[in-house]
Amino acid sequence: MKPPPFDHHAPRDLGAALAALAEAGARGKVLAGGQSLIPMLNMRLAAPEHLIDINGVAELDTLEAGPAGVTVGALARHSRVERSAEAAEAQPLLGQALRLVAHPAIRNRGTVVGSLVHADPAAELPAVLALLGGSVRLARAGAAPRDVPAAEFFTGPMESAVRPGELAVSAFFPAPPPRSGTAFREVARRHGDYALAGVAALVALDDDLRVAQARVACVGVGPVPLVLDVTEESAGDDWAAAARAVRERAEPEDDIHATAGYRRHLAGVLAEQALREAALEGRANA
Amino acid sequence: MPERTHDITLTVNGVVRHATVPARRLLSDCLRHDLGLTGTHVGCEHGVCGCCTVLLDGEPVRSCLTFAVTVSGHEITTVEGLAGPGGRMSPVQRAFAECHGLQCGFCTPGFLCTVTALLRENPAPTDAEVVEGLSGNLCRCTGYQNIVKSVHRAAELIAEES
Ligand SMILES: Cc1cc2nc3c(=O)[nH]c(=O)nc-3n(C[C@H](O)[C@H](O)[C@H](O)COP(=O)(O)OP(=O)(O)OC[C@H]3O[C@@H](n4cnc5c(N)ncnc54)[C@H](O)[C@@H]3O)c2cc1C
Ligand code: FES
Ligand code: FES
Repeated sequence: MKPPPFDHHAPRDLGAALAALAEAGARGKVLAGGQSLIPMLNMRLAAPEHLIDINGVAELDTLEAGPAGVTVGALARHSRVERSAEAAEAQPLLGQALRLVAHPAIRNRGTVVGSLVHADPAAELPAVLALLGGSVRLARAGAAPRDVPAAEFFTGPMESAVRPGELAVSAFFPAPPPRSGTAFREVARRHGDYALAGVAALVALDDDLRVAQARVACVGVGPVPLVLDVTEESAGDDWAAAARAVRERAEPEDDIHATAGYRRHLAGVLAEQALREAALEGRANA
Repeated sequence: MPERTHDITLTVNGVVRHATVPARRLLSDCLRHDLGLTGTHVGCEHGVCGCCTVLLDGEPVRSCLTFAVTVSGHEITTVEGLAGPGGRMSPVQRAFAECHGLQCGFCTPGFLCTVTALLRENPAPTDAEVVEGLSGNLCRCTGYQNIVKSVHRAAELIAEES
């Protein structure tokens, strides 16, 4: 058998899940969709003594969309969020990004919250949460839940603010401002692979449809999603100037997939495309 | 200390099956070793190749990235369960045979399960939708052209027979 042995806990409700996590402490890990954790177990890159399998905790399988934004429960799978018309209406960037996450068979199991906690520096959803200024709700046995804003949630490559004994119960993706548009662009070797680089963009317009706010979140060019405000550079729809600013501020590293220089180049090109597309969508929505 | 085991129940291809497995038993290994259903192939065991794709409650998933205990009580369809009553090959299977959508056949069970679900959701996919739908399955033999043809042919067969 490929994975190392572990004790399997199958709580049926949140209270039992938190109790099992509290008892396991640093020796325990949450098993959600397993689409990142099981590969790591199969390669024996991780060997937790206890797995707290939340797949039977029906109360975590929630998706709420409203004027304020979208709240995704810990057991909502990528595919469910991707297909939800209500979620697309309340925050279109979620669906735009989810179509780029892995392949359908993986999206049928993987969870949105699991992807945030896993915090892969090339993953799309952390960039979405960071760009929108969302937050993750963390619960532990015997304490009030805490909401961690995206800016504090991603602490390093594959590292998030979740502490031993804590369960991420939901994530909140705020609704876009009025007269705004979003877009997600990336370059990957194959559709569905982790991106070499990717850029999520948000452009909001003023009453005269001029750029009031332009922001990007880049993936694959640093340890955590790089959020940049390029409102000034984007004045007069100068997306090329905004792209230059992104290139100057990104600090990618070389790895076996791409050189730092290529990633920097991609970040610029993708930022220009994503910002232009977001502005188009914003004007169409206005 | 011997490893703890769990008694699980799976409905595989319409038949209720029981197995006693350690928690770390992958669904792919449970199907192949515990239940003797070796049609589900295993390539990479980290989610990349798609060989091990089966249908879980009708939806394609990677059986190598699923623990058997987690899906106890659920329905699984493997390549052995795709044929119709009396063992007649399903339209997807016939289309693959007709269009030479396989050579060595290693990747084929995963493609057949993936395509079965794809056409259920989108009965008349465009070329681009087919390619995107297959992007999570690797084939080292065919060069994919005949697999894409097979998907379109399967869509025709399903439309004709419904
Ligand atoms: C071939 C392949 C390609 C992929 N491509 C992409 C891609 O292009 N983009 C992308 O973003 N992702 C990609 N993924 C990863 C996929 O999106 C995962 O589903 C996701 O990263 C993790 O979600 P999960 O529910 O499967 O989490 P799991 O694998 O179950 O868990 C991942 C980690 O998060 C922890 N965790 C999960 N949920 C919680 C919780 N509620 N509270 C506390 N801790 C928790 C686990 O303990 C574990 O450490 C790919 C995966 C594969 C196998
Ligand atoms: S064996 Fe499961 S995806 Fe390769
Ligand atoms: S037919 Fe040989 S790998 Fe696809």
